[in-house]
Amino acid sequence: MPDDTFSAMRQSIIDGAPDTASGLAQQAVSAGIAPIDAINIGYVPGMHDVGEQFARGQMFLPDMMASAEAMRAAMAVLDPELKKLGTERPMAGVVILGTTKGDIHEIGKILVGTLLTAHGFRVHDLGVDVPGEKFAAQARELHADIVGVSALLTTTMRNQKGVIEALAKAGLRPQIKVIVGGAPVTRRWADEIGADGYAKDAMSAVALAQELMQQKSQATAAEPV
Amino acid sequence: MRPKFQLLDQALIERILEEAFHLLEDPGVRVASSVTEMLRAAGITVKDGVAHIPEALARRLLDLAPRGFCLYDRSGRPAVRYGGDDVHFDPGSSCLNILDSETQQPRPAVAADLARLVQVTEELPQFAAQSTAMVCNDVPAEIGDWYRLLLVLWYSKKPVVTGAFSAASLHTLIELLAIESGGRGALRNQPRAIFDVCPSPPLNWSEFASQNLVDLARAAIPAEIVSMPLAGATAPVTLAGSVVQHAAECISGIAIHQLAQPGSPIVWGAAPAIFDMRTGKTPMGAIETVMLDVACAEVGKYLGLPTHAYMVAGDGCVIDAQVEMESGMSAVLGALAGINMISGAGMLDFLACHSVEKLVIDAEAIASAQRLIEGIEPRTDSLAVAMFAQTGLHGDFLKLKETRALFRKEQHFPSAVIDRGLASMDGATPGILERARLRVEELISAYERHPLPPEREKEMIAFAEGEASKAGLEGLPAVLTPEYVPEPGLI
Repeated sequence: MPDDTFSAMRQSIIDGAPDTASGLAQQAVSAGIAPIDAINIGYVPGMHDVGEQFARGQMFLPDMMASAEAMRAAMAVLDPELKKLGTERPMAGVVILGTTKGDIHEIGKILVGTLLTAHGFRVHDLGVDVPGEKFAAQARELHADIVGVSALLTTTMRNQKGVIEALAKAGLRPQIKVIVGGAPVTRRWADEIGADGYAKDAMSAVALAQELMQQKSQATAAEPV
Repeated sequence: MRPKFQLLDQALIERILEEAFHLLEDPGVRVASSVTEMLRAAGITVKDGVAHIPEALARRLLDLAPRGFCLYDRSGRPAVRYGGDDVHFDPGSSCLNILDSETQQPRPAVAADLARLVQVTEELPQFAAQSTAMVCNDVPAEIGDWYRLLLVLWYSKKPVVTGAFSAASLHTLIELLAIESGGRGALRNQPRAIFDVCPSPPLNWSEFASQNLVDLARAAIPAEIVSMPLAGATAPVTLAGSVVQHAAECISGIAIHQLAQPGSPIVWGAAPAIFDMRTGKTPMGAIETVMLDVACAEVGKYLGLPTHAYMVAGDGCVIDAQVEMESGMSAVLGALAGINMISGAGMLDFLACHSVEKLVIDAEAIASAQRLIEGIEPRTDSLAVAMFAQTGLHGDFLKLKETRALFRKEQHFPSAVIDRGLASMDGATPGILERARLRVEELISAYERHPLPPEREKEMIAFAEGEASKAGLEGLPAVLTPEYVPEPGLI
């Protein structure tokens, strides 16, 4: 019986069906299925499937938005249950996201934030038109592991460099990884401005964030005690 | 008969406008606080930063906008005519990278790159206007916008399509233009530049954009609204829906502009794109993007307004068949649509990169498009019978005086960028990229700078040096170069 439920949960994410995902989560809670199992065995594999299908060109951005919405609906039911049990889903890392100063576009950033959340990151979205100093202040306050800076316009893309400079000025650069993205952004640009990574789409942003967190933990482990 | 390309019928245009006027009232348009009082004084309800513009008032303000105007070159000649079906081209604007001529790899653009591109554009008759094509990475960002204009004014006599990066710097750009024109009055009478002003989709006139509209209107400097709906992302996914949004953004911009100064020149411009649902990119070469450009312009034309669109750009990262197919196709369709100013030539990689080599190839596509819209003319009283009467069935048309008299009108002769077999006569056929490189060198060699009158040049340099030093820039890159020898006592 749980196998069928987990399979249905997975399918609800692939179908991008928030009502079904939420309903299945409520059923799981009533049936005594551990919330963490529902997440890890039911819903998360659905997001992985979506990511793989997106990478193969079989799913598209609106499909992924719907899947992320379904994931959010399921988590809205399961997160409070986790808290009641005094447990938390293992957190993959703390990410600060924002659209750079002068730019008010946020679709890409929202998509990245949704998928990162779905993959266990704690995401703080600073919104749009965010100056470098605000990125730095929030990164310090929230103990961010990663700062993600989005820009949709070639004219505002330059301000991504300003965010990196603001983090450096605040003395935060060594411990914070910076990733950049947005329609005009390229890997070359990311290299030029000294970012730690570039993601061409939301799913690769997730993979990049996971890789950067791994690098961070390896660097921490390598530090002399 | 001039050939035309049309996507929308009258019924659909009227439906688009009907919905655009609906959007202006509900949900309305977000506007800057700086224009709120002006809008309220005109009878527009502004609540929580959102203006709700009644259709009747919007239509009255549209009627105030001029149906046409000219941009002038440095000699005072009207070189660009906005309005009607006149078609002009200029290179794309505000690019961060340049495709290096040697390596054909993208790298950050510098002032010298812009100077080179301006010189090549100056020599190409296909371009009626220049653009402030690149962001110069060797110039501090805070003076980047006016410095681009300085370079264009320094090296070109053609009109300029430009824009400010902030509300404050607009005044520096206008001051530069006024110095170049010989005063504010001269600039007002014979505007040399037009300024792009962009709303933020959907339906948002930011503080910066609102202020630019007001300041340009009051200075009587032409403004070009460049509305950028991204179908499926920042605008409805349907092409028709995005055209509605575009119309609402343009009408609201014109309303702000005409309230600030009735009768000030303004253009119904567009840089729409579809939003690629696989990558989130905004392909400028996609046929649907081109369809959006044409449809947006058709709505503007229906209202009798001057038009602009962003076309002739390709999306690949290198100069190849894809990039040139996309660029050539949109050059032809834009010209057939009768769009007054078509910006974008030279650009590739989703508008992230400029290329001088691509610019000269695009110029050939533009020349073909320009020939196409000349159409087929009955140049002789008898179309063929009289010529057959002379040659009979021998077919020696090459000898006829009509052939010699008319072949230059009938046939466009491309440069050596286009392989018509001339190169192979010498036994060597270089590829398109090599032919483009040679063409660029040829144009640069032919280029000759025409200085301003010494006093104006002195004033411009003094002004630029003063502004540059405030930003910590030493010297004026690509302007005061070693090869530039000022008049005695000029500097």
